[in-house]
Amino acid sequence: MIDKIVAKMPKSLSGKEFTYCPGCHHGIVHRLIAEVIDELGIREKTLLVAPVGCSVFAYEFFDVDGTVAPHGRAPAVATGMKRAMPDKVVFTYQGDGDLASIGTAEIVHAANRGENITTIFINNAIYGMTGGQMAPTSLLGQKTTTTPYGRDAKANGYPIRMSEMLSTLTGSTYIERVMVTTPQNVLKAKRAIKKAFEIQLKGLGFSLIEVLSTCPTNWGKSPIEAGKWLEEDMAKYYPLGVYVDRTKEAE
Amino acid sequence: MKMLFKGSEAIAEAAVRSGCRLYFGYPITPQSELTEYMSRRLPEVDGTFLQAESEVATVNMMYGASCTGKRVMTSTSSPGFSLMMEGVSYMAGAELPAVFINVVRGGPGLGDIQPAQSDYFQATKGGGHGDYRMIVLAPHTIQEAVDLMNLAFDLADKYRMLVTILADGMLGQMMEPVEFPKMRDPNDVPKKDWALTGASDHDPRKVTSFDIDPYELEKMNLRYQATYKKVEENEVRYEEFNTEEADIIVVAYGTMARIVKTTIHMAEREGIKVGLFRPITLWPFPYKRLNELSDTVENVLTVEMSYGQMLEDVKLGVNGKANTPFFGRSAGVVPTPTEVLDAVKKAMGR
Repeated sequence: MIDKIVAKMPKSLSGKEFTYCPGCHHGIVHRLIAEVIDELGIREKTLLVAPVGCSVFAYEFFDVDGTVAPHGRAPAVATGMKRAMPDKVVFTYQGDGDLASIGTAEIVHAANRGENITTIFINNAIYGMTGGQMAPTSLLGQKTTTTPYGRDAKANGYPIRMSEMLSTLTGSTYIERVMVTTPQNVLKAKRAIKKAFEIQLKGLGFSLIEVLSTCPTNWGKSPIEAGKWLEEDMAKYYPLGVYVDRTKEAE
Repeated sequence: MKMLFKGSEAIAEAAVRSGCRLYFGYPITPQSELTEYMSRRLPEVDGTFLQAESEVATVNMMYGASCTGKRVMTSTSSPGFSLMMEGVSYMAGAELPAVFINVVRGGPGLGDIQPAQSDYFQATKGGGHGDYRMIVLAPHTIQEAVDLMNLAFDLADKYRMLVTILADGMLGQMMEPVEFPKMRDPNDVPKKDWALTGASDHDPRKVTSFDIDPYELEKMNLRYQATYKKVEENEVRYEEFNTEEADIIVVAYGTMARIVKTTIHMAEREGIKVGLFRPITLWPFPYKRLNELSDTVENVLTVEMSYGQMLEDVKLGVNGKANTPFFGRSAGVVPTPTEVLDAVKKAMGR
């Protein structure tokens, strides 16, 4: 007999089985978003724009109205939705290939307009869905299926720091980088995600939470090794923290 | 009451009167006046105008807006329409209604900014990837463009399809007296039980062109095809002018058809009766009627501001029943009525 339920499936998740690999962080982040939507009581007015990439199925995992945008275009799709229905809560869920490569124009201009939407940006330094190719965020020296000798700055440029870049735009209201490797980190990440949605609810403008995430399958590491690499290598290049907070000015 | 209006601006005003309150666009010649008109007109009617960062973003903003069930449009010109093709394909696959105005200019590439009809293939045969169709309407006067706007939005909503008004730089830039229809209530649109409005009064809805299972995706595709078939059966439109007992039939659309009307009068003076068959829907193309007409003449001459794109549909329609000569100039050069008359005579062996 169960005395007390301490954890259950958030209402805002559909219950459909995730398609993610063992050790991948997408599942944790999905759950956090769903918990935040539940806690804010906004499931009935939330619209999701899913990306192209491993999280292309996000529209099936969240129990909210949703669509799938063309690769990289989620911020433009979300802009159209939000402008058509300003009273709805609109969020995009995008990976690094989607947001930091093919969709740079769309994210930069959505942020610059101060579009009142929320973006959850999963940075795992690799293209997951297509099988482990170099991402714009892949670290120097990182071996991928298209940088078999390691990422070389001369040929491939440098890993792009999106949160830093976007935080220079006056239109960005709140940008924070988090990770979900430990229970403590997970709680911090959830607080950040919640803040981002609250900013939208208050009509304060553009918010983005970058979540450093693992991809054990395409990194060729066990989940434990992957977590370690994320904390020791990725987080060194992509420091955690709040990059911009213009909430007070926007209020 | 008739008002003197520039083509681009008349189309914009007609769209507002059709209940469109959402416009996303990016400046491009020769249609920027349409974008500018919307930027001042939409705020007057509590509408939303947004200048996007690119045509790529434009079409995706339309995608998002259309997901909510509201009427949405854009206008562009050839290179801009090419950039929109990705989103067009996604919207077609997600069965999202929207209206595009393509004020065609000379191409390919950057081309020029003069009137052309060289985007016929792109509009009627695809342009984006996948087995999709768009309804394509081709006005030949500003008044007709105005009148087609209501139809464009209605067809888009009725069939959950994209509708393109294929105009050209001539129609966009010229001025004519026009009569506008009455203002329609933007909320007076068909109920959209698929729209994403928040899962408060319905189970969560999904709008997508995506299904990883080929058998499921095939079902979606068969549904699109069934819609397209209905449109082909019910929405073919054309105009016949002077075709009864004509010596020759000329097939032309848009600005070119207008020029042919002048040629018809010139030909009359020389004792030649030229009939005009003017498709108004380029897709669905009026194959059937053209095939019937082909029994009445020896020559069906296609005249286009391209090097022969609609010609392929004309040949399908005529189906060997008559000769199918062609005359066209493209790249922004507009054929004169005299040149068309020469082409008529040549086709008839005179």
